[in-house]
Amino acid sequence: MIKGIVKTIEFLFRRKRFAADLDEEMSFHRELVEKALIAKGMTAEEARFVATREFGNAARLKEQSHEAVGFGFESVLQDLRFALRQLHKNPSFAATAVLILALGMGASVAIFAFVDAALIKPLPYPNPTRLMDVTESLALFPRGNLSYADYLDWKRMNSSFSSLDVYDGTGFGLQTPSGMEPVHGERVSAGFFRTLGVRPMLGRDFRDEEDVVGAAPVVLLSYGAWQRRFGGRNDIVGQSVNLSGVAHTIIGVLPKDFQFAFRGNGEFWEALQPTRECEKRRSCHDLYGVGRLKDGVTPQMALANMKDIAHQLEVQYPDSNRGQGASVMPLSAAIVGDIKPILLVLLCGACLLLMISCVNVSSLLLVRSESRRREFAVRGALGASRARLARQFATEGSGLALAGCLLGLGLAGVGIQFLLRLISKDMMVGMPFLDGLGLNLHVMLFAGGLAILAALLASATPIIQLRNSTLRDGLTEGARGAAGTLWRRVGANLVVIELATAMVLLAGAGLLGKSLYQLLHERLGFNPHHLAMVSIGLPDVAFSSDEKIVAFQRDVIQRASQLPGVESAAITNQLPVSCNCDTDWVRFVGKPYNGVHNEVNEREVSAGLLSTLGVRLKSGRFFTDADNATSPKVIVINEAFASKYFPGEDPIGKKVGDTELTPKSLREIVGVVEDFKDAGLDEGQWPAEYEPFNQVSDSYFNLIVRTQQDPATILPALIAVVHEVSPNAGVDDPATMDQWISDSNAAYLHRTAAYLTGGFAVLALVLGVVGLYGVIAYSVSQRTREIGVRMALGAQKSAVYKLVLGEAGRLIAIGVVVGLVGSVGAAMLMGKLLFGVQAWDAGTLAGVAVVLGASAMLASYFPARRAASVNPTEALRAE
Amino acid sequence: MATKPDLLPGTLDMLILKTLTRAPLHGYGIALSIKRLSDDVLTVEEGSLYPALQRLLLAGWVKAEWKMTETRRRARYYTLTAAGRKQLGIELTEYEQMISAIGRVLRSAEA
Repeated sequence: MIKGIVKTIEFLFRRKRFAADLDEEMSFHRELVEKALIAKGMTAEEARFVATREFGNAARLKEQSHEAVGFGFESVLQDLRFALRQLHKNPSFAATAVLILALGMGASVAIFAFVDAALIKPLPYPNPTRLMDVTESLALFPRGNLSYADYLDWKRMNSSFSSLDVYDGTGFGLQTPSGMEPVHGERVSAGFFRTLGVRPMLGRDFRDEEDVVGAAPVVLLSYGAWQRRFGGRNDIVGQSVNLSGVAHTIIGVLPKDFQFAFRGNGEFWEALQPTRECEKRRSCHDLYGVGRLKDGVTPQMALANMKDIAHQLEVQYPDSNRGQGASVMPLSAAIVGDIKPILLVLLCGACLLLMISCVNVSSLLLVRSESRRREFAVRGALGASRARLARQFATEGSGLALAGCLLGLGLAGVGIQFLLRLISKDMMVGMPFLDGLGLNLHVMLFAGGLAILAALLASATPIIQLRNSTLRDGLTEGARGAAGTLWRRVGANLVVIELATAMVLLAGAGLLGKSLYQLLHERLGFNPHHLAMVSIGLPDVAFSSDEKIVAFQRDVIQRASQLPGVESAAITNQLPVSCNCDTDWVRFVGKPYNGVHNEVNEREVSAGLLSTLGVRLKSGRFFTDADNATSPKVIVINEAFASKYFPGEDPIGKKVGDTELTPKSLREIVGVVEDFKDAGLDEGQWPAEYEPFNQVSDSYFNLIVRTQQDPATILPALIAVVHEVSPNAGVDDPATMDQWISDSNAAYLHRTAAYLTGGFAVLALVLGVVGLYGVIAYSVSQRTREIGVRMALGAQKSAVYKLVLGEAGRLIAIGVVVGLVGSVGAAMLMGKLLFGVQAWDAGTLAGVAVVLGASAMLASYFPARRAASVNPTEALRAE
Repeated sequence: MATKPDLLPGTLDMLILKTLTRAPLHGYGIALSIKRLSDDVLTVEEGSLYPALQRLLLAGWVKAEWKMTETRRRARYYTLTAAGRKQLGIELTEYEQMISAIGRVLRSAEA
């Protein structure tokens, strides 16, 4: 048996050789026959004639010998030709089936390409699974920042990491021909690149002694910066570059394919010297850690180890470290944690769509094989074996699947480009793994797998049917009833699956759409329209003192508010609708303190912010320009702050300080404003304190103006104003508040999820309804005679409608009920992607059920009308 | 031309195997051998011979190799394998049982 298979395979590969052997053998035979005949006294010519006749048809003989060995390769080609002829003869069927398959394939392959790039492909470092994201954690921030002092202790005390390094983003002012340009820089500890396993392509890496205070400033260039700003010159190593007024020596260039998702746009990577004010205090957290696990250490062991160390530090430094835990997770999880749920939801959606497509094509094939019963019966009667007929189906099914797959790949290619374009530039920076996304090997393999599945399904459906029916029946003209019943049963089940799947997708899209609506209509607490903004960075060297910064800000605000159409201008160091971040720990004078960290958002703003944003004051006063460096320190708090820390009290006049209540830190609450959205759209409202810029300045901040005209038109003028005040100031990120909100991470993620799932759902709805139409229409065509008889016996049109629509209604009802159960299940899995809406949101589910039911009933109405308009005499005569 | 009796169905394989017990033969040799040994009664059609040979090859009952004939021509010689010899034994036994059974039936019919 096995030998036979081996021989057969051997034959397939050595077909030519086999044919040549057989030819030679047979002509030798013929020669000997001729010789024998000549010996008997025939002439040579006679002998040849007789021998050839005796031998019979040489070609037929060869074929018989082939069939004895191989499985008839030639007949496969024959099948293929026949299949193509069949499909050509019925182009609309072929086109429909191929298009439906291609849609399902295209959607799932495109989404898979993203899933592959984000979740399957390893990070581009050696042994990437050993790299861990290491940070401190708090109840409010599971993945917080790391303070420099804690980092040094962690590095010294841990037994889990062969190396542990830190990084943080920064900005530099770079002098370019067009003026001072703010550029993205990164600060990393000296071993950072060695931990990742990345070596500079040019020059050298940081040395261990280069990340301590006082070492000569050195910088590595990203490949992009080297190409763009330094023309890719090889002699760049060793040269000096002026970053924010400080000369840095360029020591090397990072490889072209280097990426670090958290800091995707970094152009200048400097050795992190702990010079920032924050890095001198253990209680100030501004860094992130990345570590490489020692051999044999699991992430869980490392986490336990770091938690243990964090606990020791908590005991040792109760003031600064109370509640500071540790977080250790694979670097890849930290990078793609945000987009993982959305990708998985989309992949599920795409796969459901693919399923519907396959089911739809299956039912198309079923209908078709019904109408080809006679053809197959005739072929069977003429001697074709069942296996041979089955092979014909398999060839046709595979042909369809292949064509669908190829077209689907094309669609996927287009879809990938389309989806990439949907991602904003800012988000792309955080997802360097999506660069160069396309139809790579992984994606091709996935598509190939889908194609095989589709081919199996497309071939199996009619073959199963072939098995279930007797060929002889097909020859008898009137015997349609029985076959039709079979199809109605199988086809009806398929349609229920389709409708239920469409229901799940529709419900998913509905819930995500409602989430998006809720998110975009989240109470902002301010008027986001007619606001224009730019971000400004002041180089430390030119703006060395707070007075200079404050003077600059005053000038900028004044000039900006004089621009035509500008109603008011203001400054804040954090834009609204960004994040619960940039926090402060506060303690209250005259209130008991138990060492708990009272974490509040801290924003440094100018006096005009309230009027510019349109936020209402609840009590007390807002800042004026008179609150400055010489006057007593004041803050304004939001309602959330007041109700959390001063329940039932008037907070005005109360004093707030740092955790030790150092006299310098004390400031008085002078006003309470209504809550407005500091945090991201999907984050909750936190207590916030607003401090006057005049008293606490920052060299990075945003200018916001309220305009009468379209705010986008004023952006160039805003940039010009900043440069007029100081050519040294860097200006970036011009945007309107509406743009800012709609491009924000939360809005983007929810919008993508809602739109794509919505797209899938619409396709699913169309396919499902078309599938139902097919089943009902076929059923009606099969029952024309029956309907004719009924009408001849006196059935009214309404009874016929009832008959057909009743059948459809039953299928729709089952589909919707099954779909409802599936929808709630699917929605529970979506979890975090739902915002302000429950998985069992009755309104959405009911709405979706109505839409699906109504479109499905409409689709069934047309065949019902045809059935009702049957002319009984004609129907009876037709058979 | 006088019609020749057809081979009993299923006996061709057995006849081929039998002729190969004495010496390896090429296809023509097999046909000739069967014809001679049957005193020209049994003629193996070439149309059946070669497919049959392929079947036997596939089953592993015969081996084929290219050799030179006495007249220095290349020809494909078939040799019986051990499995083939065993198969021949089985087929002979079955054949004899069948013949004797048929014989018994025929005799009883005569009586």
